[in-house]
Amino acid sequence: MTDIKAEIDALPGLDPQAPLLDVNDLHVEFRTRDGVARAVNGANFTLKPGETLCILGESGCGKSVTAQAIMGILDTPPGFITEGQVRYRGIDLLKLPEAERRKVRANHIAMIFQDALSALNPVYSVGFQLGELFRKHRGMSRGDAKKRSIELLDQVRIPAARSRVTDYPHQFSGGMRQRVMIAMALALDPEVLIADEPTTALDVTVQAQIMNLLADLQNERNMGLILITHDMGVVADVADRISVMYAGKVVEEAPVYDIYARPAHPYTRALLESIPRLDHKGRQLNVIRGLPPALTAIPDGCAFHPRCSYAKDDCRQDPPPPPYAVQPNRTARCHFWREVVGDE
Amino acid sequence: MSDVVLETKGLVKHFPITRGIVFQSKVGAVRAVDGVDLQLNRGETLGVVGESGCGKSTLAKLLVGLEKPTSGEINVRGEDMVRLKGRDLRRARRHIQMVLQDPYTSLNPRMTVGDIVGEPFEIHPDVTPRSGRTKAVQDLLDIVGLNPDHVNRYPHQFSGGQRQRIGIARALALKPEIIVCDEPVSALDVSIQAQVINLLEGLQDELGLSYIFIAHDLSVVRHISDRVAVMYLGKIVEAGGDVAIYEQPTHPYTQALLSAVPVPDPRLRGQRDQIVLEGDVPSPANPPSGCRFRTRCWKAQDICAQEEPKLEIRDRSGHPSACHFAEAREMFASG
Repeated sequence: MTDIKAEIDALPGLDPQAPLLDVNDLHVEFRTRDGVARAVNGANFTLKPGETLCILGESGCGKSVTAQAIMGILDTPPGFITEGQVRYRGIDLLKLPEAERRKVRANHIAMIFQDALSALNPVYSVGFQLGELFRKHRGMSRGDAKKRSIELLDQVRIPAARSRVTDYPHQFSGGMRQRVMIAMALALDPEVLIADEPTTALDVTVQAQIMNLLADLQNERNMGLILITHDMGVVADVADRISVMYAGKVVEEAPVYDIYARPAHPYTRALLESIPRLDHKGRQLNVIRGLPPALTAIPDGCAFHPRCSYAKDDCRQDPPPPPYAVQPNRTARCHFWREVVGDE
Repeated sequence: MSDVVLETKGLVKHFPITRGIVFQSKVGAVRAVDGVDLQLNRGETLGVVGESGCGKSTLAKLLVGLEKPTSGEINVRGEDMVRLKGRDLRRARRHIQMVLQDPYTSLNPRMTVGDIVGEPFEIHPDVTPRSGRTKAVQDLLDIVGLNPDHVNRYPHQFSGGQRQRIGIARALALKPEIIVCDEPVSALDVSIQAQVINLLEGLQDELGLSYIFIAHDLSVVRHISDRVAVMYLGKIVEAGGDVAIYEQPTHPYTQALLSAVPVPDPRLRGQRDQIVLEGDVPSPANPPSGCRFRTRCWKAQDICAQEEPKLEIRDRSGHPSACHFAEAREMFASG
């Protein structure tokens, strides 16, 4: 079983000492009839084993596209990766031929999607879909693959796994379906798991079940987890580090406690203030005026300046603010981060 | 006259499950709403929370008359909407309007914004004379914070938040007293969500509206509501003022629901005692006997299977709670 995993270890350039996952200056654009939409404009982050990195942002900020680029499942065309590197243990995944890339997927980096019903194939039983991983990647027989599938379903705490393995996706409830997805992602013991809004479609009680399950499995396996979400409650519960994305850029990256206590970017600050909170009841919620920019026409300078209360002339001109080091392990792309951090 | 603008008594909606194509026979019923009593006072917001499948949206449809109840009464300003017919029903409906969840599908893509917001005037021609309609539509757009010059644009030219504003303008057209909001902000991003919530609150103060605010996001409901009703499998299991429900919930389901809400403050991580419920909501076609929550409840005893607990004020619960063992539990202040 380990021989196939060893095969990729033999790839040139693999360095066990290198960061688990290192995304550097990633640029993705979509070439459409209406122009070029710049979905990701320089995303940077690194992930360590056992760490949970949350990518936080509103719809259209490029968080899912970043995940797709890392996984190598970007629709090309219209999507193109124009710049940057995605390094897994020192190997630049973007330069790998597709056949090698396939070995990385599921074996080393796996992904969970938001909508499990559309991510699973409706015409095959979940046992078949899970077993396929073992048959294709591990060369197991059908019988062995089925046995492994049942074990997996058991691990993600699906009751009566033995009888449910022959069920089809529509026969599962939303939460159970998400568990099947998690089982599938974890089947080949990946070192990195990317979860793209895994609980957005679920009720809070089920969300709690799924987040607990993910946390347990992550601890057992010392996986690196990239959690993509817009829910600041979930982030506060599970994240070690947070990357806040806006218009395709990571505008702030910081450890979770720092970011909630003292945001250093005006966008992060405004986001935190716009969620309904107990102590603000009866008062108006703070809003971020205006709308996120269209990705085909991102403003010059800092993309957030039209909506920002700190904006001055500097912010409206290129070059956009670089990632200033707020603390040794914390960056913010804002010329005025000192003021933002200082304000109460 | 009392201040109650909306009251339901024993509201029930069962959807029949049939078998056969030509000769259909009823083999069961999905009990979507199964005996709901609620009251809404003038100028008040009543929040309704619950998981998906608990009957929230069916309740909303019943209230505005989009579904006919199996039994029960819906009194709007003292008139029973269920019994009204024809012209009287149409007139009565003006007082209760609805804002729908998904602003992407609830607006006709082939109609201009002016037509969408003005359509209620076509159905109720005596509200505004024909000559004054364009002006009325522009006023409505202005009230909800849209540019009145955009009447000739189509829905696709607006963002999600703006579309929800169009939906709100449409609901306001007939000057209703009650607006039923069915998940009005759940399809929107946080920053946009705040804009729409502020708009709804502003309109309430300005126009003296009463809201039924249905949502699954408990922090949003808490922010906007004066009173809250918690639904589980077609029934209200607990009801009371927002402070009572959120800080001293007495029904185990409410306690579990609240404890599952993630709090946007990492310092509280690991300090909250989270109650994680096992399993899923049972099927409303075959609900458990007695208390419907007993299959997932950690307090369940024999009596829970035999006797259905009534929604009433109990020894250990200052507000109505449908649990034999209702007892307040201090909750961490949640977002």
